[in-house]
Amino acid sequence: MKYKIPLVFAFVCGILVVISEFIPHRPFNMLITTLQDWFMIISGFAILLGQISLFQANIKKIKEKNKDWPFYLAGLISFTVMLIFGLLWGTQEYRGIFGQGEKIQATVGMKPFDYLFANAFMPLSSTMFSLLAFFIASAAYRAFIIRSFESNLLMITAVIVMLGRTSFGGMLTSWLPEGLKFLHLPNLSDFIMEFPNSAAQRAILISAALGIIGSSLRIILGIERSYLGGEK
Amino acid sequence: MSANKNTQTERRIIYLVLLVAVALPLIFPIGWKTEVSSYTKMAWELIENTPDSSVVLFSFDYDPSTITEIQPMAEAMLEHSFSRNQKIIAVALWPQGVQMADQAFTVALKKYPEKKYGVDYVNLGYKVAGIVAIQAMGKSMQEVFPSDQSGTKYENIPMLKKVKTLKDVAYICSLSSGTPGIKEWVMAARDPLGTPVTGGTTAVSAPGLLPYVNSQKQLYGLLGGLKAASEYETLINKIGSATIKMDAQSIAHLLILVFIIIGNIKAFYSRKRGAQ
Repeated sequence: MKYKIPLVFAFVCGILVVISEFIPHRPFNMLITTLQDWFMIISGFAILLGQISLFQANIKKIKEKNKDWPFYLAGLISFTVMLIFGLLWGTQEYRGIFGQGEKIQATVGMKPFDYLFANAFMPLSSTMFSLLAFFIASAAYRAFIIRSFESNLLMITAVIVMLGRTSFGGMLTSWLPEGLKFLHLPNLSDFIMEFPNSAAQRAILISAALGIIGSSLRIILGIERSYLGGEK
Repeated sequence: MSANKNTQTERRIIYLVLLVAVALPLIFPIGWKTEVSSYTKMAWELIENTPDSSVVLFSFDYDPSTITEIQPMAEAMLEHSFSRNQKIIAVALWPQGVQMADQAFTVALKKYPEKKYGVDYVNLGYKVAGIVAIQAMGKSMQEVFPSDQSGTKYENIPMLKKVKTLKDVAYICSLSSGTPGIKEWVMAARDPLGTPVTGGTTAVSAPGLLPYVNSQKQLYGLLGGLKAASEYETLINKIGSATIKMDAQSIAHLLILVFIIIGNIKAFYSRKRGAQ
């Protein structure tokens, strides 16, 4: 029973969504609107569930003193501080339990939540993403080595696209006459992105879509049950 | 052990040189000009050719990790839209997109201080559920966003009086760095409803979205990365943050090319020594 009811729900909802795509009239269009509303409500609860799960998982790791446990503790403290500040004084648009926090705003220029968001969270997030540049530089130094025909092709393409994506690349070949403009680096780079890249991306997209159709059918028909947990 | 130590030293040198190479152009800008690509021009043309007073929708589907690339696009496109006297609805499919929208509006409003909240622009905030939320907006905007960020009821916002569904907006501009984002707007808004979609994304995500810029115009152009942001700034005659940062990115790319050459020379001599 524990597994049969969710399986029946998944089958009925899945079939309804498929039918409504082909028959967008009553009663299917109304049913699908209700299902969409349900999905949005459940998604809202999923955020709450995620936060509870984050707390439980981190507390367990800290209690057991797992490897790097101070980082989990730092994560939990940050989460709690933002939560408390948000609840007590609200955000830019919303009031908190203690109102708008005028005194704090007069001191730091904005609400505590917004202050931390702008001055801690944003720079830290950007820094994490920026670190990629260092890894890419180091990886390019080690990976783009002439070894075979394929590696040569990869390297030449990478060099053209990289140069074509810079202001300097455009200047390098700007002297080319009109008849040879297709060799202009930004044009070459655009050509690679528009044709070989798009062709490969389309193949990936179509393959992925077929895969999604296959796995969706498996879920609707109850063949794939791993999402229920427990049962194999 | 020695080879491992050499690799570590090389890596540190690469990091240090790259840091200096990126920092210098930011302190002393070079001012290299950026050529405008057809994808950026197409996105610009959509905003440029949309009639005055049209209601348009900007979706902020990114978070602070990608602000370096996407925030300059958001600011430039908002400014362009304001310059064409369009009325902007801001929504977010990512929780932190709301703050990104607020910041972009703050910058755009410095140039257009006469624009009034509720009349010329509105921030409807974040909505969970990604593509399903877009599908629901295709049926009723008011049901998905009963009120704006500050709690004003949808029906009391003057610029939204005639906006019932996504069909009533002139175009959708999704600034996205993942899922949900541009792809979802194409699937749930452009294809079933016919509302034009354009947008901007990070340089690494752009290749995956280019197939949608096709003869069916599933996407009206695409801004990919900092270069496209600086191209857009060129088109609206703005010297913004993207134009300034582009020098640093160009130098970084050139430096990576130098590293590739050095890496190949090193590999060549290693092979030669191995053969001997």
